[in-house]
Amino acid sequence: MTQVDITSPTMDGMGPHGTKVGLLRVLGPAHVWALGVGIVLVGEYMGWNFAVGKGGAYAALIACWFAGILYTCVAMIDSEVTSTVASAGGQYTQAKHIIGPLMAFNVGLYLVFAYTMLEAANAITAGYLFSVVATMSGHADALDQRPFIILVIMFLAWLNYRGVLATLTFNLVITAIAFLAIIVLFLSTSGILGGGIMEHAALFEGHELPYGWIGVLAAMHFGLWYYLGIEGTTQAAEEVRSPARALPFGTLAGIMTLLIAATLTWYVCSGVLPWEFLGDGVNGSVAPLFDTARLSGSTALVWLLGFGTLFATLASANGCINDASRAWFAMGRDKYLPGWFGAVHPRYRTPYRSIVFLVPIALIFALGAPLDQVITFSILSGLLGYTFMPLNIILFRRKWPLNSIKRGYEHPFHPLPAITLLTLCGVTFFAVFLGYGTQLVAMVGFYIVVSLWFHFWRYRFVNRGAQFTMPWPKPQGY
Amino acid sequence: MAHYQPPKQGKASQLIDVVVLVVLTVGALFVPLWLGLAGAAKSVTNPVTTPTWETLGQTPAQSAKYEALGYTPETAHDLILARFDYSFSIGALLMMIVVIVLYYVLILRFSEVEYREVISEKFGE
Repeated sequence: MTQVDITSPTMDGMGPHGTKVGLLRVLGPAHVWALGVGIVLVGEYMGWNFAVGKGGAYAALIACWFAGILYTCVAMIDSEVTSTVASAGGQYTQAKHIIGPLMAFNVGLYLVFAYTMLEAANAITAGYLFSVVATMSGHADALDQRPFIILVIMFLAWLNYRGVLATLTFNLVITAIAFLAIIVLFLSTSGILGGGIMEHAALFEGHELPYGWIGVLAAMHFGLWYYLGIEGTTQAAEEVRSPARALPFGTLAGIMTLLIAATLTWYVCSGVLPWEFLGDGVNGSVAPLFDTARLSGSTALVWLLGFGTLFATLASANGCINDASRAWFAMGRDKYLPGWFGAVHPRYRTPYRSIVFLVPIALIFALGAPLDQVITFSILSGLLGYTFMPLNIILFRRKWPLNSIKRGYEHPFHPLPAITLLTLCGVTFFAVFLGYGTQLVAMVGFYIVVSLWFHFWRYRFVNRGAQFTMPWPKPQGY
Repeated sequence: MAHYQPPKQGKASQLIDVVVLVVLTVGALFVPLWLGLAGAAKSVTNPVTTPTWETLGQTPAQSAKYEALGYTPETAHDLILARFDYSFSIGALLMMIVVIVLYYVLILRFSEVEYREVISEKFGE
């Protein structure tokens, strides 16, 4: 074992960054859990049901579990790498140290766009919820949702601006309530507490696999939505008190929570709602857990799941603002983007310029694009990021073998998780191609253009050696 | 190896860089939308002229759920019968694969060149 011990309390992976004021180290494992699960749990409240529309209820369950395997691999790989790369930017910073600057620039953009689009989708859903509440309380005309969309994004950006501890403590509370709401709905409708209302066999009759097996493949596209964003836990790396312990613990506890929540969500919704209605997230069930509560006949459940949906959307948007701004900030600090974004607020110790800058970007998408397109844009950015991860861990193990630097967590069965992840990413690319091939090509085209822009123009402003901030030995093979 | 000294970027140049990125980002999402090429719209290929729950392929249990949700056979017609079309051409699939592989090859090759420079400067030759 070398002298490099990233898990040491005196050498926790932080390198010099050249900023006068750093981010504040105040978070614990529960905040990491709240960040990861908070971002994702909204996927159980809305969006996953597009997978039902793609291939039927059984296809959505298969997609749920295969996407669960994909994200378990993501969590394992991420936990190992991030327990040694304890710096804001998450996978961006990992890529910068392990693969190279251009990959890092692309990964940084994947993160920013995946989270900003998810934030926009959350704001759209929150606006829809307010309109439903207005209708239920007797409002006659259709409610203009735009002021609520703007209000949600502005309020959460303000919260993020004011400090990370309050932001993620807020997330912890509302995420826990949203998760408990799913458990209560399951217990109340499945027959465990009181009478059950599940009718899986009757509702599936004649519609088991309406598109055949190609529908199962197609469902993988929105199957990602059950878990998309759990990898965002790594963005807290520079603000947790003990990165080597808190990040793996929070991330792995998060994926376990989500596997339970996703399966329960599928079970209760598909057992109550007909698949055509459930699978149409635009004209049918926008918020399937809420719709399930409506059919339960219990006013208390309707209110609980109404608040659960609202809390899940707020927690997710809140976490997305946190993560997108950290990634944007980290790129600004390294001059991958204009250095102006690399500033930390002198009082609140937050990346305030990045937080403010991303507000209008989120608003453009929340107010100007349909929900499924915004979700697809987010999924595509996430998918490109997951494809990078197997390459990242294989090169990490090759350049810094296990005996060269101590990890806070070593994931087992390497390279099996990397190979599994790469294979499932390939399947999901095909699933996206089946419905949204044009966006996929447009998006990859976008990344090719910005990559050329970065390599031939932007990279000249980057200080070459100084961007390598980890206290690691020289990589093997160089 | 001599340390690379990056040029100092002026405020106007920084602003232009941000504008370029924002324009490209917005374009990547909205251009396919404006051109009508985005998304997989469902369509009803075999409409039913006088819909009933039976002709829409719904069992009594399924139709009871639709009624509880406030639907009639007429209002549920499009929702129930609309389907995606998953047909595709091998040529389009191959093009997607080529674009994605080329993209990663491009990124990895350029990154490797840049990375060697970083390691060389950080750890010395």
